[in-house]
Amino acid sequence: MARAIFQEDRCKGCGLCTAACPTGIVVLDASRLNSKGFQPAIVTDKEKCNGCALCARMCPDLVIQVER
Amino acid sequence: MAKIVFTRPKSMKDVVTHYCPGCHHGIIHRLVGEALDELELAPKTIGVAPVGCSVFIYDYIDTDFIQASHGRAPAVATGVKRALPDKFVFTYQGDGDLAAIGTAEIIHAAARGENITVIFVNNAIYGMTGGQSAPTTLVGQSSTTTPKGRTSQNDGFPIQVCEMLNTLQGPSMISRVAVQTPAQVIRAKKAIRRAFQCQVEGRGFSFVEVLSACPTNWGMTPLDAGKWLEDEMIPYYPLKDFRVPEGVQ
Repeated sequence: MARAIFQEDRCKGCGLCTAACPTGIVVLDASRLNSKGFQPAIVTDKEKCNGCALCARMCPDLVIQVER
Repeated sequence: MAKIVFTRPKSMKDVVTHYCPGCHHGIIHRLVGEALDELELAPKTIGVAPVGCSVFIYDYIDTDFIQASHGRAPAVATGVKRALPDKFVFTYQGDGDLAAIGTAEIIHAAARGENITVIFVNNAIYGMTGGQSAPTTLVGQSSTTTPKGRTSQNDGFPIQVCEMLNTLQGPSMISRVAVQTPAQVIRAKKAIRRAFQCQVEGRGFSFVEVLSACPTNWGMTPLDAGKWLEDEMIPYYPLKDFRVPEGVQ
């Protein structure tokens, strides 16, 4: 099963990954802040991840590792 | 057993960068790291860092580095490459560094066809010093020194560096790419890798301009900055392979 693993405390909440995800399952979590004070990017529906890694390619901060 | 299909390049240090949220420098650093990994160049690489936001590239890419005086990276790289021709030598420079104070150095390194690679990150503004107008700032674009927008009457016209260097005989490769969408990131990666390959094959000066967003100084969200780059910058700075040597991998 494909999955994208987010190192949440590295995330700066820029949201570039949210626009890159073709299935629309990457969003910024408006309900909390990470240790850097940003709203971190999360995967809402892990089952739908196809492991394309486009989110990771757009991430300027190497937050995302993708396994497939 | 799941296989890792995307992770940090080996030649990049496991540290958090100082860049602002949504700054494209992080993406471009990673593309440099991936190309160094794929061509197995990292152990023999000497990078030359500029003055500007990206000066700290020496803290992020795990190779040897020299930091040059403002704009002088191509001159320093020339010296390093001539003294140590077996090393892989690249500079990483912003538009304030390369297209303003470093104009003479880039033109003459290109004209000499020095066997070095230059990664030129153009975000149309001075980032580190607080968003002043750069030689690459677009007509109409506002900055802290052109608060009502750049005018050609007062401030002249933006410099198109690839087009200018393409008038010279020396360069072996000149390309302009961008990184505002995943497809553009993949194209940019190929261009950077090809530029590195040019140097490995001894073909002479290779140059890649990467259009990049500066959301903080543009005063936009990172996603809006990507759209502005696409709508405003790319029409003036067209994405193009100006010169590609035959047969390069």
